[in-house]
Amino acid sequence: MPPLLEARHIRKVFSSSGGLFAEDKETVAVEDFTLTIDADKPSFTTIAGESGSGKTTIARMLLGVIPPSEGEVLYAGRSIGQLEKDEMRSFRQDVQAIFQDPFEVYNPFYKVDHILTTPIEKFGLASSKSDAREQIDVALRTVGLRPEETLGRYPHQLSGGQRQRITIARALLLKPKLIIADEPVSMVDASLRATILASLHKLYREFDISFVYITHDLTTAYQVSENIVVLYHGTVAEAGGVEQVIKDPHHPYTRELIQSIPVPDPGSAWIEEEIEEKEVDESSAAASMQGWSMCRYAPRCPHAMDKCSTRPPLFRSGAGRAAACFLYDEQEPVEEGNLTQLFSEK
Amino acid sequence: MSESVNNREPLLDISGLEVHFETRRGIARAVNEVDLTLYKGERFGLVGESGSGKTTMILALLRMIKTPGFIAGGKAVFDDGTDLLALNAEQVRQTRLKRVAMVPQGAMNSLNPVIRIGEQMMLTMREHGEEGERDELMARVVGLLEKVGLKPEAASLYPHELSGGMKQRACIAQAICLNPQLILADEPTSALDVVVQRQIMQTLRQLQIGLDATVLLVGHDMGLMAQFAERVGIMYGGKLVEVGTVSDIFRNPQHPYTQLLISSIPSFETRGDFKGIPGVALSLLDPPSGCLFHPRCPKATDACAQREPTLKEVSPGQWASCLLHEEEHDATAS
Ligand SMILES: Nc1ncnc2c1ncn2[C@@H]1O[C@H](COP(=O)(O)OP(=O)(O)OP(=O)(O)O)[C@@H](O)[C@H]1O
Ligand SMILES: Nc1ncnc2c1ncn2[C@@H]1O[C@H](COP(=O)(O)OP(=O)(O)OP(=O)(O)O)[C@@H](O)[C@H]1O
Ligand SMILES: [Mg+2]
Ligand SMILES: [Mg+2]
Repeated sequence: MPPLLEARHIRKVFSSSGGLFAEDKETVAVEDFTLTIDADKPSFTTIAGESGSGKTTIARMLLGVIPPSEGEVLYAGRSIGQLEKDEMRSFRQDVQAIFQDPFEVYNPFYKVDHILTTPIEKFGLASSKSDAREQIDVALRTVGLRPEETLGRYPHQLSGGQRQRITIARALLLKPKLIIADEPVSMVDASLRATILASLHKLYREFDISFVYITHDLTTAYQVSENIVVLYHGTVAEAGGVEQVIKDPHHPYTRELIQSIPVPDPGSAWIEEEIEEKEVDESSAAASMQGWSMCRYAPRCPHAMDKCSTRPPLFRSGAGRAAACFLYDEQEPVEEGNLTQLFSEK
Repeated sequence: MSESVNNREPLLDISGLEVHFETRRGIARAVNEVDLTLYKGERFGLVGESGSGKTTMILALLRMIKTPGFIAGGKAVFDDGTDLLALNAEQVRQTRLKRVAMVPQGAMNSLNPVIRIGEQMMLTMREHGEEGERDELMARVVGLLEKVGLKPEAASLYPHELSGGMKQRACIAQAICLNPQLILADEPTSALDVVVQRQIMQTLRQLQIGLDATVLLVGHDMGLMAQFAERVGIMYGGKLVEVGTVSDIFRNPQHPYTQLLISSIPSFETRGDFKGIPGVALSLLDPPSGCLFHPRCPKATDACAQREPTLKEVSPGQWASCLLHEEEHDATAS
């Protein structure tokens, strides 16, 4: 069986005009990314990284919203740029998206009901009105909402967490095989975060839906996912099982990230302890974003060596995991940079 | 609650603050009778449910509430007697940056993309009545940039030439340019990675100590709150339901909502274990009777549906608004 979705060496370059005062410039948002989502085995993969590291750009390419500048995205073995009408239709059904603030995408003049009935009509999922209502009820209950308290309301009459769960319920109605969730909980409080992530986790566990979970929060990534990909400036810094990567990070960037997480326990030295701040010439770091050929983390890295002036491939730094860092260069690199291949070796 | 905390003097005394939004279906009390004293030189964290009124409260102190919202009551009195909520438009302009300044969430959006950083800061200073020659002001700008850890050259860069962290630093420099006494920060680092976040929060803390300013930090990142704040306030449904030192709030929370919120924080200990608070968020347009949290509260009694609790000091320096504590209170009092 061909994989459900496959990103092969996708790269994205944006060229933006600098406006009146600056030169036009090219931003390499994603350098070289390869990931496969299997059709027969559900997976839960986090893509983590700071703002601007390329997470949303990857999501948009996986969803076919923007085309990659290089490489390709395949759905069931076919490039999504070349899908036939009926293939496109099943792609739109199989692969669903959940975004950060669902309020933005809802028309405030339509009731919640409209958000839920539209996909049923569009994809002809129900045999009758009562069948449609039944399906909606099931989807709402699955995400922990009471249909009688939810239907008939306008989006602004619901809380952020409720709106987010409606988007999840909507995605569920289509019985997707994969949900790509871009920062679905970054705007909400800790309790709602837990509630929403619990809904996603349940869909993975009980309904065999695969997830690509995009976040900059490693704690929630640890909570929900099986595998993690850590991005740094559009490149994969480290990838592997979430338990290993978080508990024993290999790449110096991941190590620095994990050491810097503020723990919810007052009194540690997080705020007081002087941290060594590497003088980083940001303009040369920015210049390296275009036509770069070195390790992007090298300017900040305490282990930087001469070799780091070339670009490190993903070395197999352990079983089922890899780090793009020359500290691990006695190991074999991951073939084709394919992360899923790697994850399956755990 | 105005006796000093850690021997600090009160800076701003907020009492009975009410902010309402007029909607087609009635009035939403987004900030509901909030009383809070902020002390000089303290770092205060404000957390709570999504939609509980945290941002609205900050905007009220900056006098930036827009229709259909309005400040429906209350006072916010500085130590010299100035009531922020009673100022006219010109006085508000005079107060901003000089007394109260804001570090916005999306630094990327708050800087003007076509004006160099140094120029923007100079313009802001001029707008707020700072006089002086260009060179003089520019020297101050460079000094401010250095204070936030930026090189003087940053003054001649456009915002898009800075990284996210550098932009956030520039915003902090702008916020402190007139030595404010109160710095309001709404999720200032939520888009940045934790490494940069830590550096910026350390910088903010050093500046705050240097200026002896008070910082009111709003956000959902409980780890950040635990590390940055000295005192923490918890909001639910427009009300301040608990206030205490950071260690009391995290280790010995007294309000059932705070207890559940703290226990919902994820950790690196367990995976796949999610402890959200059951039940539906309240509707501001149709709030429950009595205690706003009672429909979701595991400890609620019949009285909670009838009587509205008020903030009571449950132990020195820790205040909670919960009938469970009022009863203890009443019992010991009688
Ligand atoms: N349409 C576009 N035109 C030009 N540049 C873009 C565009 N979209 C994204 N970029 C740039 O590509 C890079 C990656 O952006 P992306 O939105 O993928 O990051 P992200 O990891 O999702 O960040 P965030 O955490 O802030 O959402 C950034 O430098 C961004 O400025
Ligand atoms: N223009 C408006 N009209 C009606 N209600 C509004 C308006 N603006 C805000 N509100 C309501 O006021 C309440 C408080 O909102 P506020 O943004 O202050 O919450 P918050 O605590 O900052 O939430 P978050 O943590 O999600 O940022 C919310 O219930 C919100 O729906
Ligand atoms: Mg994004
Ligand atoms: Mg807010």
